[in-house]
Amino acid sequence: MTTIDVSPPPTPTRDSLATRYHTFMSRHASLMPTFAAIAILIAIFIGAQIYFGNFVTPRNISALLLDNAYLLILAVGMTFVIVTGGIDLSVGSVMAFTGIWLAKLLAGGTSALIAIPTIVLGGALIGLLIGVLVQYFDVQPFIASLAGLFLARGLAYVVSLASIKVENEAVLWLQSTRFKLGDWYITPTGILALLVVAVGAFVMQFTRFGRTIYAIGGNENSARLMGLNIARTKVAVYVISGVCAGLAGLVLTAYSGAGYPRNGIGTELDAIAAVVIGGTVLTGGRGYVLGSMVGVFVYGTINTVISFMGAEQSWTRIIVGLLLLVFIVVQRAIVARAERRR
Amino acid sequence: MRNLVKHRLFWPTTALLALIAINAIARHSFIKITLRDGELYGALIDILRNSAPLMLVALGMTIVIATRGIDLSVGAVMAVSGAVALQIIAGSDEPDNLGVVAVAVAAALAVSLVLGAWNGLLVAVLGIQPIIATLVLMLAGRGVALLITDGFITTVNSEPYEFIATGYLIFLPFAFLLAMAIVGVVAFVERRSALGVLTEAVGINPEASRLAGVRSRGIIWGAYMVSGLLAGVAGIIYSANIKAADANAAGQLIELYAILAVVLGGNSLMGGKFSIAGTVIGVLFIQTLDSTILFLGVPSAQSPVFFALVVVIVVLIQSPRVHRWARNLSPSSRSRDAGTPRDVEVAA
Amino acid sequence: MDQAQPLLEVTGATVYFGADAAIEGVDFRMFPGEVHSLMGENGAGKSTLIKAITGVLHLDHGSLTLDGAPLRLHSPVDALHAGISTVYQEIELLPNVSVAENIFLGREPRRAGLIDAKEMRRRAHAVLADLGLTIDPASLLGSHSVAVQQLVAIARAISTEVRVLVLDEPTSSLDVDEVAELFRVIRELKQRGVAILFVSHFLDQVYEICDRVTVLRDGKFVGEYLTRELLRIDLVHKMLGHKETELKTRSRAPASGSGGDDPFLTARGLTTGKGIRDADVDVFEGRVLGVAGLLGSGRTELARAVTGVDHLHAGVIMIAGTDQAFTSPRRALTKGVAYSSENRRTEGIVAELSVLENIVLAVQADRGIWHRMKPARQRELAQSWVEALGIRPADLDRQAGTLSGGNQQKVLLARLLALAPRLLVLDEPTRGIDIGAKVEIQNLVSELADNGLSVIFISAELEEVLRVSDRVAVLRDGHIVDTLPAAEVTVDSVLALVARAGTDEGDE
Repeated sequence: MTTIDVSPPPTPTRDSLATRYHTFMSRHASLMPTFAAIAILIAIFIGAQIYFGNFVTPRNISALLLDNAYLLILAVGMTFVIVTGGIDLSVGSVMAFTGIWLAKLLAGGTSALIAIPTIVLGGALIGLLIGVLVQYFDVQPFIASLAGLFLARGLAYVVSLASIKVENEAVLWLQSTRFKLGDWYITPTGILALLVVAVGAFVMQFTRFGRTIYAIGGNENSARLMGLNIARTKVAVYVISGVCAGLAGLVLTAYSGAGYPRNGIGTELDAIAAVVIGGTVLTGGRGYVLGSMVGVFVYGTINTVISFMGAEQSWTRIIVGLLLLVFIVVQRAIVARAERRR
Repeated sequence: MRNLVKHRLFWPTTALLALIAINAIARHSFIKITLRDGELYGALIDILRNSAPLMLVALGMTIVIATRGIDLSVGAVMAVSGAVALQIIAGSDEPDNLGVVAVAVAAALAVSLVLGAWNGLLVAVLGIQPIIATLVLMLAGRGVALLITDGFITTVNSEPYEFIATGYLIFLPFAFLLAMAIVGVVAFVERRSALGVLTEAVGINPEASRLAGVRSRGIIWGAYMVSGLLAGVAGIIYSANIKAADANAAGQLIELYAILAVVLGGNSLMGGKFSIAGTVIGVLFIQTLDSTILFLGVPSAQSPVFFALVVVIVVLIQSPRVHRWARNLSPSSRSRDAGTPRDVEVAA
Repeated sequence: MDQAQPLLEVTGATVYFGADAAIEGVDFRMFPGEVHSLMGENGAGKSTLIKAITGVLHLDHGSLTLDGAPLRLHSPVDALHAGISTVYQEIELLPNVSVAENIFLGREPRRAGLIDAKEMRRRAHAVLADLGLTIDPASLLGSHSVAVQQLVAIARAISTEVRVLVLDEPTSSLDVDEVAELFRVIRELKQRGVAILFVSHFLDQVYEICDRVTVLRDGKFVGEYLTRELLRIDLVHKMLGHKETELKTRSRAPASGSGGDDPFLTARGLTTGKGIRDADVDVFEGRVLGVAGLLGSGRTELARAVTGVDHLHAGVIMIAGTDQAFTSPRRALTKGVAYSSENRRTEGIVAELSVLENIVLAVQADRGIWHRMKPARQRELAQSWVEALGIRPADLDRQAGTLSGGNQQKVLLARLLALAPRLLVLDEPTRGIDIGAKVEIQNLVSELADNGLSVIFISAELEEVLRVSDRVAVLRDGHIVDTLPAAEVTVDSVLALVARAGTDEGDE
């Protein structure tokens, strides 16, 4: 008997449950944390429904997407970065910068068709700066993205020290329009967010670029030996994060009807928490964009529950922080157990 | 002379002196110090006073970084500390009572110490990466501070408490003296006891230290506790300055400035040998740069742009690629690694 | 085996590291359909030669030809394109993606620009089945044992047009069944005409699977032989290359009296997860116990097991009859058991601290944080050791990382001796050190033992071990084969013990 045979049975006629479980686990073990997140989300829904009685309604669920669209977009970009083993602490500030810049451009009469791509490009450039520092100058990602954070936050105030109202029809349309289906509704910003999620998930699963990202996170050295283009990919993920921050700035500005340079303080932490809760490992190599979406909904639902309870908004961050801690400790325990078995 | 240039504090000190000189030339009032009612005033004095919170946070950060770690939660701890102190003072009938203030301060420091111990537990015992471990408190900490103040910005009117930030002692601002005293104590303890050397050993080569019997776990745990405690003191000074507990604004971005100060002082982010004096110079540089930016008429909210530039310059200088470029530019320079041949153990 | 043209030929290969030649004038040939082993001890140049063949290093002199045509390799990717694939000891694959993806990453089948996952799985299944393997292509690589991961690495290597396959220590983490499976796959590859380079220190395995063996020693080519024509004992001789067959004089005088019956430290059944199994050791006061064995036999692992550095899976250690649980090096040090690592640089010297700080480190750690040794006392202590051991340059404030290997070893010794230990475990203390310093250290060990210190002395050089020791423990493949008084053994008899074909290899 060889110890090598770990194949699934060729025709699953009368499989034992154990074999099927084993096969499933060996194929999808990295999905476990995401399943846990989904379970938590469902648990919160059920709990809230029982407690409040009218929690799980089409209106509330639709509002969930609406209110957290910006975070959803940020989380997609953050997923790309974290799976390579990096981190981007600048996204909150970049979102604020692009948001206020958009408001200023629009207030100055620039057409939305020009203003929007401009600010997204701005986000991309800051991401490019970070990526270049990380890849070509061996700067640790958190320091490089801290520089990005400083830069973006300062630039936001350079654009304007005070908030700027948005009166541009096109941009306001993004938020105020509701496509209804019975009691369910969705806004263009919501559609944009879901689109970003879809594209992100698709790219990570089905393109070589996406698979290279997983490779870098798994073992950068091996990935290089396999002949993959590490440099370009590592820079690109930060650019993507910057683009997402730009889009999030658009969404947030449309949502609040104004640009505000003080926006997004600490939002990068929310994004990181959502991504980790959604099943992405901070050391890289494992994670799913769809999982991050679940993480964002967990965050948003907790927020909604807190406001339903009339409690302080600050409880949201505390609970999310604790949840993040639990996930991190469990991740660490799993790694420790694997190491000890060696 | 060569020894002077090679001294690790040479460049930081030179940079600071150059910055002061530039300021002095641009505005003569910069170095003007006046004495009034036994208290010194002037731009330089302002820099010294304003540097107190950052000085303390950067001090803690220096020690944590020396162990190859990082503490991103210091801003949040500052917020919590201020919240605790102010809640106690605001809740008492005699906010001017020295005893009440003392209790408030003690409570705030105790809480900060516990938060630091919490970080230390995650890093030293559970073995979680420092960035991630301290990120949790960074996220949740301000929320806790807001809870303590019930979501408001608690304000107080307490003379003894305000004295901490705005009072004077022996001509100089009390806050500055307090910070320097603490710096002095920490430096004394680090070098007079074996703590400094053992911390450096742990940061330079954790495995060799372990084999030599060094208690790494205790040293790392202690470093985070110190960082938390110092952030607590900084939080008290900050809230005493604005006479309020602003959970969102307290210590905003201070962890970044602290890391920058540590690096400007010549310390390596990879851990190992550390210089408290270097960090002090780094802090003074940052405060002076801040003052310079304000003088240039730039609104203080926009100053992070300048600091982004400083961060980029500093990391570029430390980058290996830039070192290679520099070495290629001067063909006569001999490789400095000639004395230590790279290990070529062809073991296999 | 057909004596065809060699597929890969290396002539006069020379690679310098600084002023020293890691290999010099080395010849090497690989024939299609043959398994060839490269043998040699530490520092022989094996890994340098392999790196030259696989494009990691450039040859300073000499040439490479493939199929008679000159081969120029500038990077590992060039070697890959030339058909030379390597499976490294540290699996250079990605544990977080599927088996199929690992096999095809970088060359995935695509449809309309997107990765065709289904086709990739199908092809992976085919490649694996070709080798007679039934591994689920959709499973994550990390969900499999090291043995399976290695087979996947081989599958990746051969899924391209591979001509030469290099296997670097493939069996270090495999059990008997897994090794058998690996060998089956290797034989399959032989049938297909692939030339295989099998690098391993397990003599039995080399003799089981290899057709040819090339021996290197001190960077030079010793010879190429067919395994069926070379006796094991001769192979070992060629690898170690000693001249005398019996040592006439030993500098270790037979000890008188003390230390006789009761051991200071007794270890029974030591087993760690890293390669030492069921080892029994007795250490007597004032005596030197030498540890001999080939590279990979578990010498270092034994040392680390006895001194609390590695976690024990089984076994007990007793000092003066009491069971000691050495859960950490610190605990061992408090009991007087000190370990000097063979990796001076990574586990010994704290490079950026001064010589002084390095020497007093362990003493200071023992005293704790709050009781710093007075600087004057520190200096006095360090100075006395610098003089006693002849550390050069005698500058206490110099960064320890700038010292030569020999002096670093002395600093490490000083650090441990400053603790006045009762048992000193020295792992390769004279490796990479010039002959003068070597003799100094050997004499020092003798002196220390004469003064009552117990020593465990590990070295790859057999004569050194015999010269310094009172008793010798011989290791083979993680087991202590025998422990004998040094007076009763010669280098030859030790080699015979080491080289003897294992009859009881069943228990793993």
